[in-house]
Amino acid sequence: MAWTKKILRVNLTDGVIQAEPLNMEWAQQYLGQRGLATRYLVEEVDSQVDALSPENKFIMATGPLTGTMASTGGRYSCITKSPLTGAIACSNSGGFFGAEMKNAGWDMIILEGKSPTPVYLYVEDSEARLIPADDLWGKSVWATDEEIHKKHQDPQIRIACIGRAAESGNLFAAVVNDLHRAAGRSGVGTVLASKNVKAVALRGTRGVGNLKDPMRFMNATFEHKQVLAANAVTGAGLPTYGTQVLMNVINELGALPTRNMREVRFEGAHSVSGEAMHEPRASDGKKNLTRNGGCFGCTIACGRISTVDRTHFSVKDKPQYWGNSGGLEYEAAWALGPDTGVDDLDALTYVNFLCNEDGLDPISFGATVAAAMELFEDGVLTTADTGGIELKFGSAEALVQITELTARGEGFGKEIGLGSKRLCEKYGRPELSMTVKGQEFPAYDPRGIQGMGLTYATSNRGACHLRSYTVSSEVLGIPIKTDPLVTDGKPELVIAFQDATAAVDSSGLCIFTTFAWSLDNIAPQIDAACEGDWSVEKCAEVGARIWQLERDFNMRAGLTGADDTLPKRLLKDAANVGPAEGKVCDLDAMLPKYYELRGWTTDGQLTSETRQRYGLPS
Amino acid sequence: MQKSLHIDPEKCTGCLQCEMACSYENEGVFNPSKSRIKVFTFHDEGRFVPYTCTQCDEAWCLQACPVDAIVLNFATGAKDILNDRCVGCKVCTIACPFGTVNYNTATGKVIKCDLCGGDPKCAEACPTSAITYVDANATGLERMRMWAAKTDTQTSAHA
Repeated sequence: MAWTKKILRVNLTDGVIQAEPLNMEWAQQYLGQRGLATRYLVEEVDSQVDALSPENKFIMATGPLTGTMASTGGRYSCITKSPLTGAIACSNSGGFFGAEMKNAGWDMIILEGKSPTPVYLYVEDSEARLIPADDLWGKSVWATDEEIHKKHQDPQIRIACIGRAAESGNLFAAVVNDLHRAAGRSGVGTVLASKNVKAVALRGTRGVGNLKDPMRFMNATFEHKQVLAANAVTGAGLPTYGTQVLMNVINELGALPTRNMREVRFEGAHSVSGEAMHEPRASDGKKNLTRNGGCFGCTIACGRISTVDRTHFSVKDKPQYWGNSGGLEYEAAWALGPDTGVDDLDALTYVNFLCNEDGLDPISFGATVAAAMELFEDGVLTTADTGGIELKFGSAEALVQITELTARGEGFGKEIGLGSKRLCEKYGRPELSMTVKGQEFPAYDPRGIQGMGLTYATSNRGACHLRSYTVSSEVLGIPIKTDPLVTDGKPELVIAFQDATAAVDSSGLCIFTTFAWSLDNIAPQIDAACEGDWSVEKCAEVGARIWQLERDFNMRAGLTGADDTLPKRLLKDAANVGPAEGKVCDLDAMLPKYYELRGWTTDGQLTSETRQRYGLPS
Repeated sequence: MQKSLHIDPEKCTGCLQCEMACSYENEGVFNPSKSRIKVFTFHDEGRFVPYTCTQCDEAWCLQACPVDAIVLNFATGAKDILNDRCVGCKVCTIACPFGTVNYNTATGKVIKCDLCGGDPKCAEACPTSAITYVDANATGLERMRMWAAKTDTQTSAHA
């Protein structure tokens, strides 16, 4: 079992809140979280609706292992139609919020319609109500979190909320839970803002149980925790350096996108790396990294808890930023650092704090700033546009200024909030936008890691590393080493990763376990917890079904095969240094084979045989 | 040999595996809100601190109980709650200076750490050894070892 088998449905328009049973037939086909919520979204939302209209719905969903002792079993996802991409959005987050939802007795919360005035949803086990939030509107995530805790006089409430960025209409605003964990990508926070929902606050005391075979579950989770502990990545690399363990590795490989992806290696990479976060700073002898912090149930604990040097220009007059908070993860460090050319670790840590404080996706934000910097350098943007900011590559001062504005939705920050695609189109230089389907790239240059080119091009939520992290295979050799510069075999590799990832994202577990775990480790844990047969094959099939269903949603929304492409810069301009020197991303060598293996037509549409094979809804 | 729970907050990552292990052992479900051990987060300071009953020798809770429902377990040194005697008066929750005895609204009884009868599940579940179960006479051993390692063999120490 493991599912609570209950959904909380909240109609924001008329304020009616109802409990309803989970569709267990769908749970057997889509598992939970990402997959199951997608099934609900497909059923209930016309994929052509305006993402910011009341007709769109917003689903927060846990997986069957969320809230259990399985390592990393604390995840939840936000599923909705994205205002940034027009495609499906599915943003996954850790922290403690997901487990609290499960402990309150809910597999999912579905928010529909639009509240006439700002509200937050408060859930205490089986009781739920909408509470006016006029006083919270206009406040940051951090202020909102504090206010709600105060209001209920309960420090144990877990809160997910939006900041001022989402309220201002920023198209890549995040939902932030537990102060510094985020459902970051695709503008899920913007959708919540469009519904006048400031926060969801939860308190759960019911416990998570109903395991199919408790003894087998405890043994399986214990056994596979040992696998994580013994693995070089999950047992040593990630605890020590966090995901920032990658900064120097990817730079060496010549696959670190630099200055809006013009270059593939950043001369300042070491200064903003995981290793640098361990180096005592001159002013007070302290390290940037205070310690690593785990999300709920996580025995890896890659999370960074950091401080900014209080003598640094960005915070020296702002004591409210002198304490600890969520530190730099690799993707954020890359987008805010190498992609903007800034090599100042304290500046990056501070602007990362701001991204959490007001709910910005640091990847899309940093990449959009990078595009704006290129526009500025080309003279398309001037200080007249930016409100006086000298938006030059490498300027930590400019980065700090533009982050403060974007976080609050002020001045030129409003323009940054359009995202890179709309910004570059507005200023007549669409080719400078490093996006797929309107979503900004993460931190791996597909000229040096070819599989990631196919990953980005075909990702159902726009450019993203978390849909098929072939970096594992192409760089780290997990589960088998493949040559990052070769395209042969990559369609198969990408599909295997996409399907397995979709299954993991639907279970309640964290994808970072897959540095050590394959479905061989994960399926037995799901199978011990959940009714039905959850073999490795079934999990892979469920993953494939989820992928097809997401694709189906996107195709019905009006996307086409033509959207499965990359910016010209990556297809035409060769890498200038490193192992990939002289290479472009050879997408054409991979995409047709990928379509064929997926059972799609040559223009990327699902065939009726494919729809039938996976039992997709008509 | 009697053993004690030994907590080293420096090693804690705040993952709550201990709270789940505790509640699963005692309640049969994963339920941090019913855990006898709690991890506190001091966000600004960047610290996580697990905290639970220290099993005081002269236990205030035991002495305060009007119905003798809290008894010394001679095997483990723990102060155990006898559920069939506890009347849920909560006097022990007031007597405990550390707040580690708490009332459970679901059962009408109080709950506290009983060292799982000598096999504490929190220590078993902790992935970083922030919680260990060690010789009660030498809980300072690891810290002594740490300082011993820092001594300079060229100079002598004076106590």
